[in-house]
Amino acid sequence: MIPAPFDYAAPATLAEAFSLLEQHGDEAKILAGGHSLIPMMKLRFASPEFLVDINNIPGLSHIKEENGYLKIGALTRETELDESEVIRSKYPIFTDASKLIADPQVRNMGTVGGNIAHGDAANDHPAVMLALRAEVDISSSEGTRSVPIDEFFYGFYMTAVQPHEILTEIRIPIPNGKTGNAYHKLERKVGDYATAGVAVQITIDDAGVCTYIGIGLTNVNPVPLRAVRSEEVLLGQKVTDELIKEAAKYASEDCNPSEDLRGDEAYKRSMVNVLVKRIIHKALERAHA
Amino acid sequence: MKKQITVTVNGEQHTVEVETRTLLVHTIREQLRLTGTHIGCDTSSCGACTVLLDGKSIKSCTVLSIQADGKEISTVEGLAKDGLHPLQEGFKENHGLHCGFCTPGMLMRAVELLEKNPNPTEEEIRWGISGNLCRCTGYNNIVKAIQYAGAKMRGEETPSTEPEFV
Repeated sequence: MIPAPFDYAAPATLAEAFSLLEQHGDEAKILAGGHSLIPMMKLRFASPEFLVDINNIPGLSHIKEENGYLKIGALTRETELDESEVIRSKYPIFTDASKLIADPQVRNMGTVGGNIAHGDAANDHPAVMLALRAEVDISSSEGTRSVPIDEFFYGFYMTAVQPHEILTEIRIPIPNGKTGNAYHKLERKVGDYATAGVAVQITIDDAGVCTYIGIGLTNVNPVPLRAVRSEEVLLGQKVTDELIKEAAKYASEDCNPSEDLRGDEAYKRSMVNVLVKRIIHKALERAHA
Repeated sequence: MKKQITVTVNGEQHTVEVETRTLLVHTIREQLRLTGTHIGCDTSSCGACTVLLDGKSIKSCTVLSIQADGKEISTVEGLAKDGLHPLQEGFKENHGLHCGFCTPGMLMRAVELLEKNPNPTEEEIRWGISGNLCRCTGYNNIVKAIQYAGAKMRGEETPSTEPEFV
């Protein structure tokens, strides 16, 4: 399978990349890791006329804590995330997720920014970013704007990133206090999309009262879903098994999974119910640790 | 749309003309005539096309040749230097291959795996080769082959090679 013909440039600066994107409009696509885009081009689901390869642009790949945020450059590879000391020690949710994203070779190419900017509810980082209340930096020749992750996903393969713009950085507020986070997806085999996936971050105070809760769901809704009603059940309350059960039930009701080879709707709702409970418990364990 | 690229393959520099849409695996096999790199699924699932790009294992069916411009590529043909590479020896000694189709990809993936983690556990090896499919051996002997190579590369005594036939 070979993609349809296209023209290609690998600019060395963001300014050049913006200029190319402005010139080619929605006929252009950005090539980062390419492991969503190239398969689609090989299958001819996508036939962009122009590829803007951003891999030669410096400054888009980093993982650092700064000014109260964990900052992840959009071009950071999944492998780099997986091998980062700060991630391993303080943000285990990413280690949970990256192990389950595709496979080692794909993770050597695939980028965190691309995983989000592709706008696919089956990808794993969107749910994680929803749980962590990330902010996304989107840049163009006009400057950089910051979009909360809740306002980032518009629809199937559609995000806040416009054709003349590039997602440049993801920022995650560094959590305070007793915080734990975790992610798991049920998958049939390595490299599969999630049957259902759940990301949770929770903060509790010394009395066991939940002061922060974020719950994101993977591949059980047309767009990545934040389980708002589930969060409301727990926020400000002392966390009990009963409340966790209620939160899980709400998540299973509020998602909108479609039947496919991975299972029918009822099965997927049931898996959301199970996973939300398990992942809240796991996040709580980590918060106490 | 044609472009000229320069790549260093197994230490040797080549300049070739490629279409922008040419996949790296096709350049390696058809233009550089290095047919040890295989095309299996052609959908970045099976890992038969795995090569090293600047030292990192990647699936060359899902990378454009132009993306490799200026980079170094290692393929299975470059593994044996003075005799077999420890991984090749490990696969030979442990019956780590049967039909051999997945083997070049397994070897190249294992090169990076052992470089990053010279003494992996069995579980780490299984996760490490989770992007490579073998339809013959059931993986047990491949895991042993990688353990054998790891021991040899660490300068330790290699484990006994009693293959499992499953």
